[in-house]
Amino acid sequence: MADTAVLAAQTVAAKARPAGTALAARLAELDLPTGGFTRAARADAAARLEAMGLPGARDEYWRYTDPAPFNAPTADALAYTDRESTLFGGIDRLKLVFVDGRFDASASDALEGEGLEITTLAAADAAGDHWAADLYGKLEASGQKPVKRPFAVLNTLAAVDGVLIRVTGKVSRPVHVMYRRVALDADVTVHHVVRLEEGSELTLLETGGIGARSNVAMEVELGREARFHHIASKRADDAKVGIGHVFARVGEGALFKSFTLSVNGSMMRNEGVIEIVGDDAVAHIAAAVLGDGGEGRFHHDDTVFITHAAERCESRQVYKKVLKNGAHGIFQGKILVKPGAQKTDGYQISQGLLLDEGSQFLAKPELEIYADDVKCSHGSTTGALDETAMFYLRSRGVPKEQAVVLLVLSFLADALDEIEDDRLRGDILTRLDEWLTSRASA
Amino acid sequence: MLNIKNLHVKLEDEDKQILKGVDLTVPAGEVHAIMGPNGSGKSTLSYVLSGRDGYEVTEGEASLYDHDLLDMEPEERAAAGLFLAFQYPVEIPGVGNLTFLRTAVNAQRKARGEEELSSGEFLKLVREKAKTLQIDAEMLKRPVNVGFSGGEKKRNEILQMAMLEPKMCILDETDSGLDVDAMRLVAEGVNALRSPERSFLVITHYQRLLDHIKPDVVHIMSNGRIIKTGGPELALEVEKNGYGDLLAEVG
Ligand SMILES: Nc1ncnc2c1ncn2[C@@H]1O[C@H](COP(=O)(O)OP(=O)(O)OP(=O)(O)O)[C@@H](O)[C@H]1O
Ligand SMILES: [Mg+2]
Repeated sequence: MADTAVLAAQTVAAKARPAGTALAARLAELDLPTGGFTRAARADAAARLEAMGLPGARDEYWRYTDPAPFNAPTADALAYTDRESTLFGGIDRLKLVFVDGRFDASASDALEGEGLEITTLAAADAAGDHWAADLYGKLEASGQKPVKRPFAVLNTLAAVDGVLIRVTGKVSRPVHVMYRRVALDADVTVHHVVRLEEGSELTLLETGGIGARSNVAMEVELGREARFHHIASKRADDAKVGIGHVFARVGEGALFKSFTLSVNGSMMRNEGVIEIVGDDAVAHIAAAVLGDGGEGRFHHDDTVFITHAAERCESRQVYKKVLKNGAHGIFQGKILVKPGAQKTDGYQISQGLLLDEGSQFLAKPELEIYADDVKCSHGSTTGALDETAMFYLRSRGVPKEQAVVLLVLSFLADALDEIEDDRLRGDILTRLDEWLTSRASA
Repeated sequence: MLNIKNLHVKLEDEDKQILKGVDLTVPAGEVHAIMGPNGSGKSTLSYVLSGRDGYEVTEGEASLYDHDLLDMEPEERAAAGLFLAFQYPVEIPGVGNLTFLRTAVNAQRKARGEEELSSGEFLKLVREKAKTLQIDAEMLKRPVNVGFSGGEKKRNEILQMAMLEPKMCILDETDSGLDVDAMRLVAEGVNALRSPERSFLVITHYQRLLDHIKPDVVHIMSNGRIIKTGGPELALEVEKNGYGDLLAEVG
């Protein structure tokens, strides 16, 4: 079985290359791992990718974002400063350091903790058997309907490393994935798998610069009554190109919460694909984005798909983007309520705050509902700073630049409120405040 | 303290003249009231004095002791000692009332070259002032004016005034929407701040507030001008007879 899979992968690669397609060129630059426990999943991904190909500019799902930087065979080398991320520095946590997408054991804490089973993809993949085999590439594959997400498939096929976490208890100490990039042209593909067993709890933090180009996938399965908090901060001012996917399957009575902060960068797309499969579950996904197009290009796309397949579940999407100097912000968000998913409470809000006329926010909210007893709402707004609030603050002596900072924080507040933990939210807020204040006059 | 001479103001985007030659002087230590029919330009005057965008001064001048007000940014006017209690206080979701107050107090201190208050000093001060206005701790923590009742918003304006200790306080219909007790609290708040170095310009439609805050001078504004100035008895006259006679008087 395993050997057939390898063969399949090789056949696919062999077939693809001579064709001279964009996909072949893309794959030619990658060192595709054969895989141990992931072998079958990788072979399956190879076949799926071969069938779907890479997205083109005419692809409906890529209407607002040009996939070219993700399609390119190699990453453009980018200058950057290698400073270590200090975010969450004051919080007791389990640190896992990834340098250019590879786990650095010497810089990391020991892979152990109460209620945790942690290993890295690279280490585990040497063996033929692992609990993560049930999930690796599986949630990703089921997240391919109704729209194709080729870069997630590519990730399953090509991921070299990542972290595999099985949570069996209520873990109070967050697990912190800290990315560092060293090579100027680091083209990084990482794949994380998290499984929360019944009644377990975990907070996962992600910070730092991943690579000149990054492709990060995370698959999370939440068992009954499990709670998962995910807080990611994409490193500020790094001219990165990045695509990320979070695939979650949320079980009965479970709680899934994900928040992402993105500050600058050049080209980013984050996809969230959440399937609520158990009754009485809750799934929230939120992002706060600050983009300055003046430092090159800024294009930030959030694409979310939430499926309600159970009763009495709640979902929330909260997306806030602050854009200036010609920055572009995109939001595509969909709530799908399947037949029988009665008493669904679905909410979606996406808002763009444009600090000048050259910037642009585009939103495509969608609802598709096949149950009759549901409550779903969505809203989207695009606007400038509120002149009245601005005057109110200034009339109290707050200088204009500082007033803008306060109003930007005010605008982002609903998204930040999705971070439940006060200290973690406080750290993010302080980081934002410092960053905004230091750039206030720019 | 406040000197306004022949002030003409029109809307920036529209050919609409709102103030048509306002003359007004408020000496230090005095309390002046402005009354006048709806739409006569009272709020506009307060906005123009505090530097709101959207208005164009076509003629005249306004100064706050030695500052030429009209040349200054709103925050500079505030730091120089001007304060406007808004007719409609603004809600700012996501910004805590305390954060807002502290930012404002320290920004003004910084602008005047004074030491900023530490968070301990600030909290002590704000709790003390909030207490006299019966503003509870929970209200201080809530986002600025969000979910406040009309009366709470007005008390919150007076709290800001008490914290900022301005020299020239303009109160735009601070009495509207207040119940009897809140009115007394607000008036006490204002009276507590009265001093020979501080002046007040109180815009109101009713005598009620003036029962508590005794004005030295009352001005009547109509159609963009001060049409009459007198003592406290002028307010009583308006209360009794409305504006009809006064308007007829000036033609
Ligand atoms: N930004 C604006 N756009 C259009 N009209 C305006 C604007 N600002 C003021 N006005 C007009 O100017 C006039 C004066 O308004 P203002 O608010 O100053 O009156 P007021 O004396 O404060 O009235 P009230 O007693 O009702 O509060 C009104 O006719 C008002 O409609
Ligand atoms: Mg008014």
